[in-house]
Amino acid sequence: MNRIDSIFAGLRAANRRALMPFICGGYPSLRSTSEAIVALQAAGASVVEVGFPFSDPIADGPVIAAAMHEALEAGVTPAAVLEAVAESRRNGATIGVVAMASMSIVHRMGVRTFVRDAAASGIDGVIVPDAPVEEAAALEEPLAEAGLSLSLLVAPTTPPPRAERIVKACTGFVYLLARTGITGDVPGGAGPGVDVAGIAHRVAMLRGMTDLPIACGFGIATADQVRLVVAPTEQGGAGADAAIVGSALVRRMGRAAAQGRNAVEEAELFVRGLAIGL
Amino acid sequence: MPAAPLSNVPDAAGRFGPFGGRYVPETLVAALDQLASEYQRAANDPHFHAELDHLLKSFVGRPTPLYRAEGLTRLARQHAPPNHGATIWLKREDLAHTGAHKINNTMGQALLARRMAKKRVIAETGAGQHGVATATAAAHFGLECDIYMGAEDARRQRLNVVRMKLLGARVIEVHSGLRTLKDATNEAMRDWMASVESTHYILGSVVGPHPFPRIVRDFQAVIGREARGQCMDTLGSLPECVVACVGGGSNAAGIFHAFIEDSEVTLVGVEAGGRGAEPGEHAAPLTYGSPGILHGSLSYVLQDHNGQTADVHSCSAGLDYPGVGPEHAYWKDAGRVRYTTATDEQALHAFQQCCKVEGIIPALETAHAISEALSVAAAAPREHNIVVCLSGRGDKDVDEAARLIATTAMNDAPRLPVDSPIPRGLDHPRQSE
Repeated sequence: MNRIDSIFAGLRAANRRALMPFICGGYPSLRSTSEAIVALQAAGASVVEVGFPFSDPIADGPVIAAAMHEALEAGVTPAAVLEAVAESRRNGATIGVVAMASMSIVHRMGVRTFVRDAAASGIDGVIVPDAPVEEAAALEEPLAEAGLSLSLLVAPTTPPPRAERIVKACTGFVYLLARTGITGDVPGGAGPGVDVAGIAHRVAMLRGMTDLPIACGFGIATADQVRLVVAPTEQGGAGADAAIVGSALVRRMGRAAAQGRNAVEEAELFVRGLAIGL
Repeated sequence: MPAAPLSNVPDAAGRFGPFGGRYVPETLVAALDQLASEYQRAANDPHFHAELDHLLKSFVGRPTPLYRAEGLTRLARQHAPPNHGATIWLKREDLAHTGAHKINNTMGQALLARRMAKKRVIAETGAGQHGVATATAAAHFGLECDIYMGAEDARRQRLNVVRMKLLGARVIEVHSGLRTLKDATNEAMRDWMASVESTHYILGSVVGPHPFPRIVRDFQAVIGREARGQCMDTLGSLPECVVACVGGGSNAAGIFHAFIEDSEVTLVGVEAGGRGAEPGEHAAPLTYGSPGILHGSLSYVLQDHNGQTADVHSCSAGLDYPGVGPEHAYWKDAGRVRYTTATDEQALHAFQQCCKVEGIIPALETAHAISEALSVAAAAPREHNIVVCLSGRGDKDVDEAARLIATTAMNDAPRLPVDSPIPRGLDHPRQSE
């Protein structure tokens, strides 16, 4: 059984929800990436998404885009990120690890090479944010053969018949976008907040189409927002299985490193706080 | 089974052979589907064509002339072997309203935006010509308009920034990356990720996710349709060769498309050779790049072996882009179009020559095509005819050209005589040949 499947099966049996932090591979350093995977497991995360730095990430907001550029400036390559994941496995990480990689990176490496190397490094699944279901077809067979999950995005703009087609192509979990727009919380914590009713509506729609877990991300930055996303609808939540937090964590890791503090400790502390919302 | 005609692309998935497609986040797919189906409806709607044709005639000033360039022809003949030196013709897109071919596309897409009831348009711009053309269409139709432009481009194309603002657009300068067209395109796409339900993205070239490469090509195809008809009327035959500059490739796709099935017509696309063949010194993905994905489609891209987009350079902001339209990649691999480069120096030289001998200040982008056309003409029989897409006027470039010419002349004074009657480049073979 794929690790992602068994993690969610275990959580479901215990009636628990998942926290899925996102870190940018190689940011603020490659060592922090391998150490953070271990530390986030200790902090209560179930799955960690590891972003592969890309020069032109059009789905990403300023925090993640800047982190990716900084990592690239430091010479971080896809192979180095894979090695950081492998290092975390050697250091005992049993948490789920999902690669978030642009189709540009996957295409350049070659789909089969990327999948083979990802599986060999201990990655359990992939998200290719710029591959909608039509273009992701090229990934389905190689991933299935390697036992890796493929999570496609469902957006607020996705019409229901198309959502049905998308979830049928997913394995592991479905990635539900909490809103239109790019990644990132709103600086200062103000702004539109989380559209709980809209997310709840789409979670319910997806539940009618699939038994796969539904993970929800984009714009989720606080324990309160985590709680709103994963709490059952009867408790005022949106009823998702997992909440994804990216930019808020990446920003804290970067700031800690810039101030000479330990980015991994900062990440662990922040995710412990987020886990309160589960 | 005979091979499908080369002009019968893209397919329903937006594929030009293996190229094209739609590599974007799911958030944008519904809007791209809406655009594709609205375009299909419009394409079948005689009222849409009538309105667009009327606008192109009365507002844009079409048809643009096909002009016999006596001065450039004479220049080409000066160094041509006996009985050589083809006649050079200019398809005068510089005479279209706003001074470039970009308006052909923006008027068409603004009509589509109106049909989709979208009240706001956004665009990326490099040289600023697409930004000006978008701002113009927005002013004409009363649409809100935001233009993303790299800060470096805003500097070197300052005149166009002023024009966009006068036309009522907001110009948002982009400070990421090299602060040029690629970075502006990233920001425009990010804007669209958030605003997609109320905003239409008027992409300015034959790049991006399906259906943009097709829509932009179709709106620009008026250039080739007119040029082909004008050749038949004036020459009584097709030209032997058509030359256009290629950045994203919209003016080239527009003029080539009408000639694609005319196998006797040689088509030449000229990319930005910049300062040389080293990575980072040019902006010529078809010449030096490899297949890859950028800004939503698979095409030739300048990238490193890890799939990261490479830095680019060109003296011309409109060509300073690491990608190119997927249809050009398809034409390249099919061997239908020959792609080559002109360096900054060659383009700057052709720029000055065209000014002096024709009384036409071309855009620096276009000057790349003129440089190549002079070489092609010199090597071709005298009775041949070569059509150059004069994609835009160069008023926007005069400050930058003056700066570059002064710099080059200082470093290289004896080799770039501004007053020389001899076209440089004719006696210097191009790198890619």
